[in-house]
Amino acid sequence: MESLERKDLLDIESLSTEEIELICNSAKYFKDLFTRSVKTVPVLRGKTVCCLFYEPSTRTKISFELAAKRLSADLINVTVATSSVVKGESLIDTVHTLEAMKADYIVIRHAASLAPHFLSKNIKASVINAGDGFHAHPTQGLLDAYSILERKGSLQGLHIGIVGDIKHSRVARSDIWTFKKLGAKVTLCGPPTLLPDEFSIYGVDITYNLDDILPDLDAVNMLRIQKERQQGSHFPSLREYHRQFALTTERLKKCKKDIVVMHPGPMNRGIEIDDMVADSPNAIINEEVTNGVAVRMSIFYLLSGGKPLEEIDKD
Amino acid sequence: MNILIKNGKVIDPASNLEKDLDVLIENNIIKKISKDIKAPSDKETMLVDASDCIVLPGLIDMHVHFREPGREDIETIMGGSEVAAKSGFTTVCTMPNTIPVIDNLALVRFIIFEAERGPINVLPIANITKGALGQEITEMGELVKCGAVGFSDDGVPVMSSILMRRALEYARMINAPIITHSEDLNLSDKGIMNEGYNSVLLGLKGIPNEAEEVMIARDVILARLAKGKLHVAHVSSAGSVEIIRRAKEEGVNVTCEAAPHHFSLTDDAIKTHLSMAKMNPPLRTEKDRLAIIEGLKSGVIDAIATDHAPHLNNEKMQELEYAPFGIIGLETAVPLVITKLVNEHNFSYIEAFKKLTINPAKILNIDAGELKENKTADITIINPKKKIHIDEKFIISKCKNTPFLGQDLFGSIEYTICNGKIVFRNN
Repeated sequence: MESLERKDLLDIESLSTEEIELICNSAKYFKDLFTRSVKTVPVLRGKTVCCLFYEPSTRTKISFELAAKRLSADLINVTVATSSVVKGESLIDTVHTLEAMKADYIVIRHAASLAPHFLSKNIKASVINAGDGFHAHPTQGLLDAYSILERKGSLQGLHIGIVGDIKHSRVARSDIWTFKKLGAKVTLCGPPTLLPDEFSIYGVDITYNLDDILPDLDAVNMLRIQKERQQGSHFPSLREYHRQFALTTERLKKCKKDIVVMHPGPMNRGIEIDDMVADSPNAIINEEVTNGVAVRMSIFYLLSGGKPLEEIDKD
Repeated sequence: MNILIKNGKVIDPASNLEKDLDVLIENNIIKKISKDIKAPSDKETMLVDASDCIVLPGLIDMHVHFREPGREDIETIMGGSEVAAKSGFTTVCTMPNTIPVIDNLALVRFIIFEAERGPINVLPIANITKGALGQEITEMGELVKCGAVGFSDDGVPVMSSILMRRALEYARMINAPIITHSEDLNLSDKGIMNEGYNSVLLGLKGIPNEAEEVMIARDVILARLAKGKLHVAHVSSAGSVEIIRRAKEEGVNVTCEAAPHHFSLTDDAIKTHLSMAKMNPPLRTEKDRLAIIEGLKSGVIDAIATDHAPHLNNEKMQELEYAPFGIIGLETAVPLVITKLVNEHNFSYIEAFKKLTINPAKILNIDAGELKENKTADITIINPKKKIHIDEKFIISKCKNTPFLGQDLFGSIEYTICNGKIVFRNN
């Protein structure tokens, strides 16, 4: 595959396995840059990246900003609190305004599923989905896959678990697509109220008992549990959730020695993941943050028409 | 002036008539239906050539939203009536979820007054409950005297079972249907599309079939208890058809309608058309779509009604979650009936157009929907073999919110005659 021939990155579903591999391979090049004293390259010099965040975000937003800056792009941040969004301007009008100022890339985070798809149909700029509703968080899916690749070399034949509130998780949806496309076996685990049967159509296994699958897993992603789901009667109490679905120190002992433990953050320590587990050598939670910047640089680079980067240029 | 319709195939679903005949209209009355009618020499007669066409009773759409009063920026009674005439309809029923809602005499009279200037018959449906609040029933007796033909809180279901019982009981004395928007709001839980594979895939909140089905089940049980006349609007799921079939078998006085989009599309359309495919009840699965077609064929579903719901472009051009429910349906109704039911599913013209003529007339208890001598001359002439391209030029409605843009369908409205006057003619 010579380049990423697409305008937008909206979801993983529409990416081919080759495109995913291309993104991961180039990400490795950009990650190696981080060890240098000068971490910027002029890939996007003269281009304008606009980060449009309609939902609070810390790590994803900073990660995109840093990725754009390390590629020498001009960066604009639009956050809901300071923009005319509070004056009731529609999304499409806001984006047309940004486009009139010649933004080349719109990075959008939005609480409504498919908002980035809606934009991509109506504007010329490249749209990068930084998370839409419960639908997709493609850069997270890619960085999760990249992080497992770093540890394991390949995803082919690995058994990966995703645990927690699958129903309301865009990370789970993007992870499933990415892991499956790279050849892994995926098992989802959570209470039935947060894990609809329809997920089986993705070609994944479903279980309600974490202890049944843990010993077989090569990697596990512990999703953040939203405390407000309790009010919707999705689960009776945080205590019961922890007993049934948390990755505790005891449970970690029953896992493979080299299991990779992930968490998309921010963590509820002591709820879905125990303190000791989050800080154990199996956990790659901070490594994922570093990788996130590299993966997003790779995406900007490839969307701008960049060719595959296989080797590090050691100048 | 007289109108003589020649060379067409006359179809009257009410009397099972399907024959090559001529139709003579004198003033506003169908004077004669027979072979080879000669134009009377004593009066000026306009000749309408209906070669290749079917000549039908004027079509009835018992479920439209014309947005007036309140949102005249979207559509008006006059504007909507013109769209209806162009679409082959001579009678439409307006749903009362306007601003304000149609819960009193003055508002029913207002709609009738506005419609009198228009080309077709507009019959108001009034609210079941005052303010559509689901708490007290409206003055149904008086409202019917003023011209309301049925009662509905369309858009909001009547969640209270005791109130629904009372409404069904009370409306018996005036023989008017209670038209339900059957949806359990707790179950639909602010969903925005059908619950199923696609909603899971797209991460959108789903509305399960059961949100509709539990409420239809409740409503038919209450209709049995109240011995009332129940009409279920926009049936969308296979389970709903089955519940109504069983209720009819039991002898419950229940009828129902389905919308053309529910027998034409599935929830796959959300992926490509986003908010243009967002309506309530939502598009369902292929299994449901086929069950709607089967229900229409078997007669469980009595009527086809469009649920014509115009929305401005800027309302639809929003995030799917925030965009309003509803699509326009009048102009695509006949083309979809011809293309999807007649051409793809072998409905006879009588089977298909029964649902747009005599059946809704019977449900509403109105004198319309028949093509017979001495009846009022409401007639629709359609060329069913003529291909039409649905684009923004074809759609004369101010709002173009339809997922059918870009499609080629069959069935062109050539003439619409209402009360003896040609109110639409295809050039």
